[in-house]
Amino acid sequence: MTWLLAAAPFAPVDQEYLFEARQMQALSFAVHIPLVCFGIAFPAFVLFVEALWLRTGDPVYRTIAKRWSKVMLALFAVGVVTGTILSFELGLLWPNFMATFGDVFGLGFTLEAFSFFVEAIFIAIYVYGWERLSPRAHFLSGVPVAIAGFTGSLTVISVNAWMNSPSGFTLEGGRVTDVRPLEALFGNDFLWHEVIHMYVAAYIVAGFLTAAVYARLWLQGRRGRYERVALVVPLTVAALAAPVQIVVGDWAARTVAREQPTKLAAFEGLHQTEAGAPVHLGGWYDGEDVRYGIPLPRLLSLLAYHDPSARVEGLEEVPADERPPVNVVRIAFQTMVGIGVALAGVSAVYLFVWLRRRRLPRSPWFYRAVLVAGPLSVVALIAGWVTTEVGRQPWVVYGHMRTEEAVTGASGVPVGYATLVLVYAGLIAAVAWILRRLARAPVDIQPDEALRRR
Amino acid sequence: MTLAEVPLVLMLVGLAAYAVLGGADFGAAFWQLGARGERGADLREHAYRAMGPVWEANHVWLIFVLVVCWTAYPEAFASISSTLTVPLFVAAIGIIFRGTAYAIHAGTAREIERRTIDAVFSFSSILTPFALGTAVGAIASGRVPVGNAEGDLLTSWLNPTSLAVGTLAVATGAYLAAVYLAGDAARAGHDDLAGAFRLRALAAGVTTGAIALSGLVVVALDAKELRGDLFTWPAVGAVAASAVAGLATLELVRRGAFEPARYLAGAAVAAVIVGWAIAQRPEFLPGLTVEEAAADRTVLVATIGGVAVGAIVLIPSLAILFGLVLRGRFDRGPVEVEVQRHPRETERRWPLLTLAAIALVVGLPSLLVASGGLLQLVGVVALLAFIALGSIGLASDAVTATSRQPGE
Repeated sequence: MTWLLAAAPFAPVDQEYLFEARQMQALSFAVHIPLVCFGIAFPAFVLFVEALWLRTGDPVYRTIAKRWSKVMLALFAVGVVTGTILSFELGLLWPNFMATFGDVFGLGFTLEAFSFFVEAIFIAIYVYGWERLSPRAHFLSGVPVAIAGFTGSLTVISVNAWMNSPSGFTLEGGRVTDVRPLEALFGNDFLWHEVIHMYVAAYIVAGFLTAAVYARLWLQGRRGRYERVALVVPLTVAALAAPVQIVVGDWAARTVAREQPTKLAAFEGLHQTEAGAPVHLGGWYDGEDVRYGIPLPRLLSLLAYHDPSARVEGLEEVPADERPPVNVVRIAFQTMVGIGVALAGVSAVYLFVWLRRRRLPRSPWFYRAVLVAGPLSVVALIAGWVTTEVGRQPWVVYGHMRTEEAVTGASGVPVGYATLVLVYAGLIAAVAWILRRLARAPVDIQPDEALRRR
Repeated sequence: MTLAEVPLVLMLVGLAAYAVLGGADFGAAFWQLGARGERGADLREHAYRAMGPVWEANHVWLIFVLVVCWTAYPEAFASISSTLTVPLFVAAIGIIFRGTAYAIHAGTAREIERRTIDAVFSFSSILTPFALGTAVGAIASGRVPVGNAEGDLLTSWLNPTSLAVGTLAVATGAYLAAVYLAGDAARAGHDDLAGAFRLRALAAGVTTGAIALSGLVVVALDAKELRGDLFTWPAVGAVAASAVAGLATLELVRRGAFEPARYLAGAAVAAVIVGWAIAQRPEFLPGLTVEEAAADRTVLVATIGGVAVGAIVLIPSLAILFGLVLRGRFDRGPVEVEVQRHPRETERRWPLLTLAAIALVVGLPSLLVASGGLLQLVGVVALLAFIALGSIGLASDAVTATSRQPGE
């Protein structure tokens, strides 16, 4: 029947520029993912501020919500186009992956397209509808955007979860048969921790980045009501999300330990299987051992299995060609965790001062920390994705297909890569430009007397 | 029609929607290119504004076509995307330029900035439909073999049929845009702007017709497998219907009846796509029929099901959006609204904060201890509730508290 041809992988190709193809995909992803965070979390911030306006009638809230709406729309537009090229690249760079497994995971993207549709439709209605729709209708039109942020991340990440924990098909002699898409995507063990980890990360990134803008203004002496409200809303969300993320991260690590022991071993650089395995802070894995790191005894066993004497599988359990680039993974992992803990620390200071003294911290050092927390949260985000994606190597579909088997046979990859680098440089400059322009627009808080029904 | 062909029909519906809606957006930028002077500035501003609420939604159709293709016909998709790497990559770069240019237009203050950004916008809006058109032409003329980049990197999309379809794609977009922008201008009461676009629509309509006719000749000479079926019933019927609709649209535009012209112009474009599909049937790529390219039955059913569920949400949403747009709700200036002022201080949100604390106490140990099952679900939900409730409670408190402390 049809399965004979539909799922047969193509003949192997010789791609001289596999490394460049990997970097293209990685670059596209790294540019796209911070924008995704804004797509997921920012609508919630804007809606919250609009709700405050609707409840109290205070024009400061309306001003903030309207200004943030413009930022939201610009970032969403750039997020859309960077996401478009990312999905194009799945086919352009990895055709054998698509040919073999496209039907297994495709449902995730099909559903995501609809999420994406809803988001695009309602974000437009929301932003263009300010004061053109009734206040209640306007607020309600923003709600689907926030919901679609969740459903979109759920459906897209279900595909990544599947790649890490493949199921829902049978592989017979290189051919995929007996495809069960729902089981593949929504029945796999990785789905929920990945989704929740990313969803919470989105609020951390969007929260700290937005708060950083207003922390900077605070340090420059601009501490009016407008700046304070705009600082407090995103900062509060991020400050609650950051500590929770540590617990979610723990959940993620335990799942990885169970299902992808090689990846977990790479987090640390654990070469030999051992009970009561340590974590080495810093250092370098040289193929047999971690040198120059600070050993923290039993910590890896504790993190991975909640048991300080648990047996942790080492990299030696698999052949060398099935191990990921260990140093990339361990540096990325430690960067993410280190920043994550630091963010939780900043959060704790904020929450403690608020709950005890019902005010913002007074020290400029706190605001400097928030200022730095913004970009650092992006670094943690990307480090986390590097950890999981590079950690999955050499597999693109864990245990079933290697990345090098998936790659295109087309020539000209370096040209594409160079073009992409230039285009993204321009894009980042353009985004920085528009954000500055929008920020510089004078803050115009219309007093109540100017408002009247037409 | 068999089960294997249903996703393809869905793709073609998506492609038609993209060609009409997205094509009109691309075409609007085309008109921005030639516009000069003060009248030109009005023209450009009108084109920019008109697509504002709809352009992002319009472009999701392309993603829809892509993802249904790779889900239901994975091998065909991979063959297409690996052989047609160049035009697809170029189209994607055009999309990035376009989206970014549109997004940053909002920040322009000076005319020189506007002109530069609009130029980038216009150029990329011609590049992308042209590139996508060449890709369609490549598939139609059988130049995409099955396999990993088995076709020629360049001649697969640089050939007479591809170039003809690419040019037609740009022209159609420009034509649709002129008709739609004329209608939008008329609806908003800008009659001389409507007149300007009406003239452009007439010129574009005639030009597009000429390009389409020469395209048919090119296809007849170049695309050997396709021509046999394109010029026989029923494909030729669809092509003829397209021509008739096109002519009728021209007449409606001439008379200033822009609203019906909108729909008829869209129908003309859709008819071409139908004609192509009928002519190419049953072959998808050389040596690969749609039946052979299709995935397992389970996948086809799941895909169709997924699209059906999505459509239940999408169709009303699109209706709301286009309803608002076509009824002119986004045209007028902002209506000032009054919101009741309640300057009361909100008392410290104890109920919310207490609930948040309970959620934390429940969620934290649950998630730390659980390894699956109900306990894990409880833990996750509780911790998310903690973030949500805590944020609302704490932030509401924080914003009202800040208003009482001026000196800090």
